[in-house]
Amino acid sequence: MTKVLMDGNSAIGEAAIRAGCQCYFGYPITPQNELTEYMATHLSRRKGCAFVQAESEIAAINMVYGASVAGARAMTSSSSPGISLKQEGISYLAACELPAVIVNMQRGGPGLGSISAAQSDYFQATRGGGHGDYRTIVLGPSSVQELADLTMRAFDLADRYKIPVVILGDGVLGQMKEPVEFKREAPSVPPIREGALRGAKGRPSKIIKTFTSNPSELEEINWSLFRRYALIKKEETACETFQTGDARLVVVAFGIAARIARGAIKNLRSEGLKVGLMRPVTLWPFPDEPLKEMSKTIKQYFVFEMNMGQMVEDVQLALAGQGELAFYGRPGGVIPNPSEVARVISRLYYQKGLK
Amino acid sequence: MKTIYMHPKSLKKTPFHYCPGCGHSVAHRLVCEVIDEMGLQERTIGIPPPGCSVFAYNYFDVDMAESAHGRGAAVATGIKRAYPASVVFTYQGDGDLAGIGTAETIHAANRGENVTTIFINNAVYGMTGGQMAPTTLRGMKTTTTPYGRDHILEGHPIRMSEILAMLDGVAYIERVAVNSPANIRKAKKAIAKAFQVQLDGRGFSMVEILSPCPTNWKMTPVKSWQWVDEEMTRVFPLGVYKDIAEKNGAD
Amino acid sequence: MPDKQPALKPVKGKIVISDELCKGCGLCIHFCPKKVIVQSDKLNAAGYQSAEFKDNGECTGCAICAIVCPEVAIEVYRD
Repeated sequence: MTKVLMDGNSAIGEAAIRAGCQCYFGYPITPQNELTEYMATHLSRRKGCAFVQAESEIAAINMVYGASVAGARAMTSSSSPGISLKQEGISYLAACELPAVIVNMQRGGPGLGSISAAQSDYFQATRGGGHGDYRTIVLGPSSVQELADLTMRAFDLADRYKIPVVILGDGVLGQMKEPVEFKREAPSVPPIREGALRGAKGRPSKIIKTFTSNPSELEEINWSLFRRYALIKKEETACETFQTGDARLVVVAFGIAARIARGAIKNLRSEGLKVGLMRPVTLWPFPDEPLKEMSKTIKQYFVFEMNMGQMVEDVQLALAGQGELAFYGRPGGVIPNPSEVARVISRLYYQKGLK
Repeated sequence: MKTIYMHPKSLKKTPFHYCPGCGHSVAHRLVCEVIDEMGLQERTIGIPPPGCSVFAYNYFDVDMAESAHGRGAAVATGIKRAYPASVVFTYQGDGDLAGIGTAETIHAANRGENVTTIFINNAVYGMTGGQMAPTTLRGMKTTTTPYGRDHILEGHPIRMSEILAMLDGVAYIERVAVNSPANIRKAKKAIAKAFQVQLDGRGFSMVEILSPCPTNWKMTPVKSWQWVDEEMTRVFPLGVYKDIAEKNGAD
Repeated sequence: MPDKQPALKPVKGKIVISDELCKGCGLCIHFCPKKVIVQSDKLNAAGYQSAEFKDNGECTGCAICAIVCPEVAIEVYRD
């Protein structure tokens, strides 16, 4: 397999096509337009495939819903304000157990915000985001290669568990160029999901819906969804560790913040500080078990995110008082550099008398 | 004696939950008759809206997928783009299509999506108890216009057939009513034509159906059917608003 | 003298109204050109005064009642 130099947004597009994405519906918003444009160029001309620049992010997510109803692998992408618009559609997808892939290349918020990278949609992504009790799988890539790999995995997970999957990227990951290797070839014919609505030929007609005037029926739907979520948690939780073996302090960070943290940790290690990194790859389900396990021997944690403190709550829940927690956040689209983060970590390291 | 009228095959035998005299019941039946006569049952995917007809899937014996309020045209776009061989129709009320779903409706029509929209216009929000709809008539009393719709405060009833007819992607639009035997016959012909437009791949087709709502208009069924002629057709004239087949007939 | 046209045999029709499905909306009664449908005095199981067919030989099986009936409650038969 050859490596190509690609920006993250385009890598998502190429990976999606190779994963058998048949339909893409999108809308322009900075900083993810390269992805929409890539699909306009490369997906639209593929046989049996469809690209639509929808009239809004709301229309786009509802087109994804329709395409998924008909059995297609379908994707939409946007950035934070546009993802807010999609929440209704995502709730419907989750309720009706329809697979879909939703890419959020986050930018600073709230409101119209900024066009620079941030991580302030973590709560929105991992707590359901729309109305009702539901979850979506949330993946947190931290390199262009991982954007490609996780995009492909997203389609598989969506189909396997009949659930929307969110790829939580950000503006830096989307714009940066890195070498990437695509580990699959695009299928000649996009796959059609078994059991989709393709017309009641030779079988009774099928209905996709969740509205019911009977609360007990809806209650059972909720329990059924959460049984599936428990299974996903058991089977699909993923995280990565970096130099945690002898660490006295572990940084917990995801996405681009984890890249910055790695740089900080390399600096600190060269100065003799025993610092490691725990990087959740699935943000939902959150890797609380690995963190609990780690907290048996490592007691100092440092959560670094580009927001006002969102993932830190999941870390706190996972630690359940078994470790000390510090938080460092930069919101609004400000991108700190490794040396700034290293400074803050080392100050804490020495304050706590870690050796 | 031979049977003159039979229950359509693609209409399930479930008794309708609609009110006595409701236009939905007639409209459902007509769409099913057309589906039967055109042999479309095995290819059709229908999209009902939130509203009184949210339970349309209990009546139409075709594949159906629920839609969020107003989003039917976008859902239809997704289905048709993913599976062009399907026959896709949305079934939408006036709030759904002309209020919350205006953008999705206009843009699906503008793109010329090969889908058919059955637009039920009863000038009121039925299921939620009779609030003002985008198509409520001036002076009409509803639960949110208790003093009568005042155009200065609440705007005018919106004419979607006329608006959509201006779009190049639209192939066929007709406004009909289901308030008399003659009108019901015409409505069925219009529905059949709309589905034929889809089968021919000519673009977006819509049939706007003026539909009585006795309960929320606070009238008897017979009076409500008369009211469609007396009042609604003055604001929403019946007729063909666009038909590219006619225009291109000379080609 | 011009040939007389043979007398047209009147078309005989019959309808069957489902008492359970009828919601007493009165539309078939209103639109029937032969006025052979009337409203019942009794209530059906759902509490409606349903429509009843007067089988007096006047029905022509025109099916207008079935066309307007929202409940698809009427079957129409014709000679």
